[in-house]
Amino acid sequence: MSDDLEKFREETRAWLEENCPEEMRTPMSVDTNACWGGKKFKFESDAQKLWLDRMAERGWTVPEWPKEYGGGGLSKAEAKILAAEMKRIKARPPLISFGIWMLGPALLKYGSEEQKQEHIPKIVRGEIRWAQGYSEPNSGSDLASLQTKCEDKGDHYLINGQKVWTSYADEADWIFVLVRTDPEAKKHEGISFILVDMDQPGVTTKPIKLISGKSPFCETFFDDAKAEKDAIVGGLNKGWTVAKYLLTHEREMISGMGSGSMRPIGDIAAQQIGLDEQGRLADPILRADVARMEIDGLAFMATMERFKDEAKAGQGTGANSSMLKYYGTELNKKRLELMMDSAGSDGLEWGAEEDVAAQWLRTKANSIEGGTSEVQLNVISKRILELPGA
Amino acid sequence: MAMVLNEEQEMLKDMAKGFLTEKAPVSQLRSLRDSGGTDGFDRGTWGAMAEMGWAGVVVPEEHDGVAMGYQAAGLIAEEMGRTLTASPYVSTAIMGATALNKYGSADQKNEWLPKLAAGGALMAVAVDEARKHAPSSVATKAERAGNGFKLSGEKSFVADGSVADALIVSARTEGAEGDEDGITLFLVPRDSAGLSAEAKSMVDSRNAATIKLDGVELTADAVLGEVDGGYQPLEVILNAGRAGLAAEMSGSAQECLTRTVDYLKERKQFGRTIGEFQALQHRASHLYSEIEVGKSVVMKALQMMDQAPEMAGLMVSAAKAKLGQVAQLAAQESIQMHGGIGMTDEFDIGFFIKRVRVAEALYGDANFHTERYARLRGF
Repeated sequence: MSDDLEKFREETRAWLEENCPEEMRTPMSVDTNACWGGKKFKFESDAQKLWLDRMAERGWTVPEWPKEYGGGGLSKAEAKILAAEMKRIKARPPLISFGIWMLGPALLKYGSEEQKQEHIPKIVRGEIRWAQGYSEPNSGSDLASLQTKCEDKGDHYLINGQKVWTSYADEADWIFVLVRTDPEAKKHEGISFILVDMDQPGVTTKPIKLISGKSPFCETFFDDAKAEKDAIVGGLNKGWTVAKYLLTHEREMISGMGSGSMRPIGDIAAQQIGLDEQGRLADPILRADVARMEIDGLAFMATMERFKDEAKAGQGTGANSSMLKYYGTELNKKRLELMMDSAGSDGLEWGAEEDVAAQWLRTKANSIEGGTSEVQLNVISKRILELPGA
Repeated sequence: MAMVLNEEQEMLKDMAKGFLTEKAPVSQLRSLRDSGGTDGFDRGTWGAMAEMGWAGVVVPEEHDGVAMGYQAAGLIAEEMGRTLTASPYVSTAIMGATALNKYGSADQKNEWLPKLAAGGALMAVAVDEARKHAPSSVATKAERAGNGFKLSGEKSFVADGSVADALIVSARTEGAEGDEDGITLFLVPRDSAGLSAEAKSMVDSRNAATIKLDGVELTADAVLGEVDGGYQPLEVILNAGRAGLAAEMSGSAQECLTRTVDYLKERKQFGRTIGEFQALQHRASHLYSEIEVGKSVVMKALQMMDQAPEMAGLMVSAAKAKLGQVAQLAAQESIQMHGGIGMTDEFDIGFFIKRVRVAEALYGDANFHTERYARLRGF
């Protein structure tokens, strides 16, 4: 490692030691441990707020974003060191949000200078929480058929329509929405990507209760909602390009769920089911299923790593995000099925502390949200295998 | 370690692809099968491979090898999987070389490694004694006789056993059948008195042999590694072969998909190219996904073999289990998607399902390695 990087590591380590509160160095176990930011967010502790403020001040909530918009301005190598040093002391992420995962990268790529100046620093500091308005009641897999209307009223845009599956919209401050700005054009060509302040009478939200008993999603209604004239990102009627770019990020995010830092299922099953005198999981069929699951999990994580390295080396294809989304979500569903098998009747308890049942039911959405498994297979057929008519 | 090939590896892969496509394509395997020869591979082609350094791919330079490591060795195996090239590559260049290089005495290395790297000596690993792979189930006995040993027993499913110039044989010097302790590895010249090899013609048109050891007398110099301590080295030798076969199966699976997708773009039924049908698109795309995931775990296993071979067992079993399953899926799906023509001997796709079946079974099938994975993980 170069001297500069070594120096960066030393400084980072010292700074984290000094500035990361002790309470923020324990694993996240319940939903409220995660800091989503935004005007309506209630910090669960002073330490959570302090940690966010300190990290945001350095731009380290988004280490690689440019400094001019409040980001950390770190190189890839430096960001890797920061991540490793945070992992070393088991520091929690100071902030997670759709702004970081989805809108930010799209604004950096397609936003105007004014849009970047206005919105990115607030994402970095966790001041504004964003929601995503894509799907509609009649536009699910066929997203480009969306009908939410957006009219140019001279000094503002007027929006009417309904979005659905808007994640955490009831806790969000702003929403990025796909709207139809040219009803005469072909379906992909009349769509715009617009930023809307939710703090106005024309925007209302209603949570949807899911089979898991939780309500992570909402319906969001637009009744004569207004947006500024400079609120369209990436150009009028050019919203599909931005949407597709952002979907790639969303797919990567969803495919990553269920891998990584979780406790291996073999360990969980060994504890729950017990081992026989030869040290084998007492249920031989579950043992085989769990072993296959772990092998697939290892292979899948190696694949995410490989695609990342290939992208860095300028190889590979962007369409592989569809493959990861397809494989990762199907795998996660299987994993939770096995978790239920292993947990037995304890897992069937409704509202239990660990609540495996809620997680299990939640995973069923993984292969629907962000494009169904079938849609991902269509993308692979068309863009990678280049099959006709796909 | 980055999960991308470096420049040297890219060049090797291109070279291997070029050579094998031209000199040893599937049609060569077909003519080997139809000619009824007993070797099961083409010696001229093997000589050309050795000239390119492939036989010495993991042999150190001091013993005339090219020392490119297991990841490179896997790249060659993967390309051989695409062309179904029959050769003693896995048993000799990967397993034989690993055995001698890591566990051979100075004399054994000096005698065998340069010959092996030059393509002049073939090796085989004689481990199994029953129909299923079980490396600790060793009934073959090695009794002490004078300063040496006397071997008696029978080994089955010995890949390249009838063509090898020397065999690496596991035999019991101590303990009961099934014990990991008390196994010793011997380097047994093919022409030893009392050793006989019966070549079996296999479903993949390549050879495996049953080896009979009828009081084969060996000096103490024939021991490879430590007396009674042969099991752990055997695992490393087998892991090298398993990782190589996983890479080979990855190549075969990729080729099955390529050929199938080409066919889907060409065949017409109901007035349409059949690749337009979503039922077939989704089968092919699912297969693509499985193959991509398989490639990554193979790469990890080979990298582990390079970095920490004694620790590679878990990842190697993951790779062998996964690829056993993926390559069989690929071979089966490619026949289904080819339809009737896929069932004909005249068409090449049927060669893949046959070879993959054998490669999957060799040194432990997917079930064996799934079980072994669970054991190594402690559940």
